[in-house]
Amino acid sequence: MPEKTSIGGAGLIGILILAVVLIAVPHLVSFSQQELLVLLTINVLVVVSYRLQTLTGEWSLAHVVMMGAGAYGSALFAKSFGFPVPLAMIAGAITAGLIATLLSFPLFRMKGFYFLIGSFAAGEILRLIWKRFTDPFGGPKGIQRIPGFPEIDLGFIHIDFYDPANYYYLVLVVVLVSLWVLYRVEKSRIGLTFHAIHWQDKLSESVGVDAFRYRMLAFVIASFFAGLAGALYAHYLSTVNPNQFDVNTMVYVLIWTIVGGTSRWYGPILGVVALTIVDEVILRSIGVDQVRPLLYGLILILAILFLPNGLESLVIKARDALRGRGGANVPNGEAVARK
Amino acid sequence: MPDFLLQTVFNASYAASYMALIAVGLVLIFGVMGVINFAHGELYMAGAYAIVFFYVWSGLPFFVAVALGLVFVGCLGILMELTLFRPLRTNPLGGLIASIGFLLILQTLAVLGFGLRNQNVPPVSQGRITVGGAFLTYERLYVIIATVGLLTALYFFLRKSKFGWALRACAQDREAAALQGISINQTARYAMFIGAALAGVAGAMTAPLVAPSPYMGHSVIVTAFIIIIVGGIGSLEGAVVAAVLYAFVHTFVTTFYDGVIANIVGLLLMLAVLVVKPQGLFGVRERA
Repeated sequence: MPEKTSIGGAGLIGILILAVVLIAVPHLVSFSQQELLVLLTINVLVVVSYRLQTLTGEWSLAHVVMMGAGAYGSALFAKSFGFPVPLAMIAGAITAGLIATLLSFPLFRMKGFYFLIGSFAAGEILRLIWKRFTDPFGGPKGIQRIPGFPEIDLGFIHIDFYDPANYYYLVLVVVLVSLWVLYRVEKSRIGLTFHAIHWQDKLSESVGVDAFRYRMLAFVIASFFAGLAGALYAHYLSTVNPNQFDVNTMVYVLIWTIVGGTSRWYGPILGVVALTIVDEVILRSIGVDQVRPLLYGLILILAILFLPNGLESLVIKARDALRGRGGANVPNGEAVARK
Repeated sequence: MPDFLLQTVFNASYAASYMALIAVGLVLIFGVMGVINFAHGELYMAGAYAIVFFYVWSGLPFFVAVALGLVFVGCLGILMELTLFRPLRTNPLGGLIASIGFLLILQTLAVLGFGLRNQNVPPVSQGRITVGGAFLTYERLYVIIATVGLLTALYFFLRKSKFGWALRACAQDREAAALQGISINQTARYAMFIGAALAGVAGAMTAPLVAPSPYMGHSVIVTAFIIIIVGGIGSLEGAVVAAVLYAFVHTFVTTFYDGVIANIVGLLLMLAVLVVKPQGLFGVRERA
């Protein structure tokens, strides 16, 4: 899916505006919304890394558990082994990547729906192990009092990461760097091979592509970044427990990704941002807390009925209209949906 | 000790029964419509709440309430087919997401109508069968009888009746069935009614034993997925066998160790089946 990669003048202005918004936004919202903003930014990394995993055509239900692996890993490295927190975060992400490597061997024997459910089972086993074994994992209560990100004190400048606004900037930097890496991976030979395996797996195998290894690679890279997101999450909330990473959370990630759309890198970001704003800001401000899931469910159904190719299809159509070429085409949105 | 074993066998038979009802409905829907109904656990929940409404609140006889629950949940199934699955027929992943939306709506309606707390359903019967030191309450026995009866009826319906033939034809190949003059829409409606109604009956019959709550569907759907995978996704017979297998393994491990270990063992069982025989015990080739 080669797209224009150079940035035009309009694009540059767009990026500048986006940068200003991203930097200014914590100062425009309330304290509780600042906390939400941190979680939203972490979730952006979760859904974008999830999309990378789905590029090979396999939808995993273990992604949130991989996030949990990073969170638990990082928490244990920091708390039990005394790693400095930044190092523990990276170690946690690597742990998630290693677990994904191991799980690849049974999981990628399956395809399609079987992989979906198989990955769910594998993830759920991992989660139940955290729940059952109190010794390192703390059982159902999980791990508490995880050390926070160390404050930076340079004499003239003092940054305390317990303040959600400051933690937001930290998360923003980590997430932006991660997004850039994920983007580069997709545009590289490896990423193109992911697409090839998705659309023509027999053909690509016939020209010598080891589909198993590339599926594993996509799963491992995605799990690494999910793990990183989990680590950011653990040291922010200072507590992790098995229920945070259960299938409900996974369902939300799936919803964000599909409502946003998966044929473009920004699709899942649109999904998670739009749905979080709708749920947490608009529906909360109406003040109908009890009916919120119902309205959310309705929005979900309407979105899937009327925007089957995701929110990104709106952007694609708008851009095509601006460029003045009629007949907007979403090349693989429908085919993704058919999967 | 033999009493203890017999008791566990009784418990497992009961668990196998209602799980089989739920799993068979899920398989039927998947077979005909090609969509994973994530809201199936909530249809089960709706069946249980039908008992709260018709039996506890309205004071109707229990079995009348079960029949009303069956029809009610079956109609919910038809509603899902008409509003969600029909427009999304070419988009199974969309169908899955839409069913998640429907699940949220049903849960919220249950909370609004009945509150968050568990509902108490008075016992239907105090009787029990005693064999040595083990016993089986009538309530559990009714569940077993209802399951055997309904599944036998479904078997003959699918084998002998014209609609049954149409249903199986659609499950094998939708386009080819349509070319033979079978109405896909009508068949899908029947499949949704039957599939949903089976889950509804399971919920209705077990309501006095489980104290219904709005979120009771969650654990059930996970178990049902495990069962349909072990049995082979398109296979009704497989679902029944897998339900029995899973219920026995789960009940015995729960009795001898604990519930969490039992869940892990159940998932490992499923993973083992997937790795060794990815199409499940009774599975046919994967649908395209």
